[in-house]
Amino acid sequence: MGGHSHDDADHGHSHLGEMDLRVRALETLLVRKGYVDAAAIDRLVETYETRVGPHNGARVVARAWAEPDYADWLARDATAAIADLGYSGRQGEHMVAVFASPEVHHMVVCTLCSCYPWPVLGLPPVWYKSAPYRSRVVMEPRAVLRDFGITLPDHVQIRVWDSTAEVRYLVVPMRPAGTEGWTQARLATLVTRDSMIGTGLALAPAQGAA
Amino acid sequence: MNGVHDMGGMQGFGGVQPEAGEPVFHASWERRALGLTLAMGASGQWSIDHSRAARESLPAATYLSSSYYEIWIRALEQLMQERGLVAPGELADGLPRQPARPLARVLRADDVDSALARGSPTHRPSTRAPRFRAGDRVRVRNAHPRGHTRAPRYVRGHVGVVEIVHGTHVFADRQAATPAGQPFDDSPEWLYTVVFDGLELWGDGAEPGTRISVDAWEPYLDAAS
Repeated sequence: MGGHSHDDADHGHSHLGEMDLRVRALETLLVRKGYVDAAAIDRLVETYETRVGPHNGARVVARAWAEPDYADWLARDATAAIADLGYSGRQGEHMVAVFASPEVHHMVVCTLCSCYPWPVLGLPPVWYKSAPYRSRVVMEPRAVLRDFGITLPDHVQIRVWDSTAEVRYLVVPMRPAGTEGWTQARLATLVTRDSMIGTGLALAPAQGAA
Repeated sequence: MNGVHDMGGMQGFGGVQPEAGEPVFHASWERRALGLTLAMGASGQWSIDHSRAARESLPAATYLSSSYYEIWIRALEQLMQERGLVAPGELADGLPRQPARPLARVLRADDVDSALARGSPTHRPSTRAPRFRAGDRVRVRNAHPRGHTRAPRYVRGHVGVVEIVHGTHVFADRQAATPAGQPFDDSPEWLYTVVFDGLELWGDGAEPGTRISVDAWEPYLDAAS
């Protein structure tokens, strides 16, 4: 699949202009026919651009790090445990949390389309939906990790979860050393989006916000 | 169908290119494409499985050369045309030429938050007992349906182990096959996470120490010894 230009003035201008016109015509038509409410579209966009994103998942992970009982609940019934923090619904109706350990590193993909746990991570990044990631991660996950600058020791097993139904997976990365006694808010600053997909690790204390 | 969307194990696409500080959207039209797709998805004219089927039915070359939101828009236009909601001439300039058809639902701004929070759970009750339990060895059927399926090619014919029994969920293949204008066939099947050893899927060239799972409905699976 083709890449994205970073803005309308970037290369590929005419193609982006074409999509811009095409989507504008479509929205105009659907509003005129009464099929869509433009204000609803504004609200949908605002939701995923400003409110729902990886900061939600980071709160889930930080709480699991800090509260063993919550981690148990998350392992047993992730949908309910995540809903306890207020995150639920579309593309997260049936959640499973998978916990990284010194022995096993987890990675999540959707080889068939772009399935991704929206309530906790927001909309997927372009690379997650791209042909290189979808084609390779089930076959050569270690090589894919190297594209992200990650090299795991040989003894670490890799487990890849292909989201082929409506179950959505959240990786709980390992808690970094040196974070004893941290508040959940501070712990959450170490939890990156990629660490919850499995293409990254949680940040070390020196890398996170104070 | 054995389409180019079924990418697991394909080669030649190059390296993954993460984008530092990636924005949620890369162009204004992507915002509207997301919103239009979700709003029309809430209209009840088709299911998410129909949407996926439409996206993967795009011509292979179009699919591969389009960004993901382009794929969504092309599929949305197709779904709407198939149901007589819009005509090709109307799509060209946005001017209605045919009267609108009644929709079951129109998503209003005030309903967006509750609709998203509700989502579309796929669990459905069933009185049937599961055929498999955690720990059972199963083989994915070597099937090549022409319609929509969620059994990726790279696991077909291969033996794995049932790891999680998820309950009974709407069977995507069947729901996607519901003809336009009819109530969706959301009858469920047992759903399992089935895990495969890398060597089973990729042979001697597999990276050592890797296991891969898919979520597979019972009709995809046979017992294996």
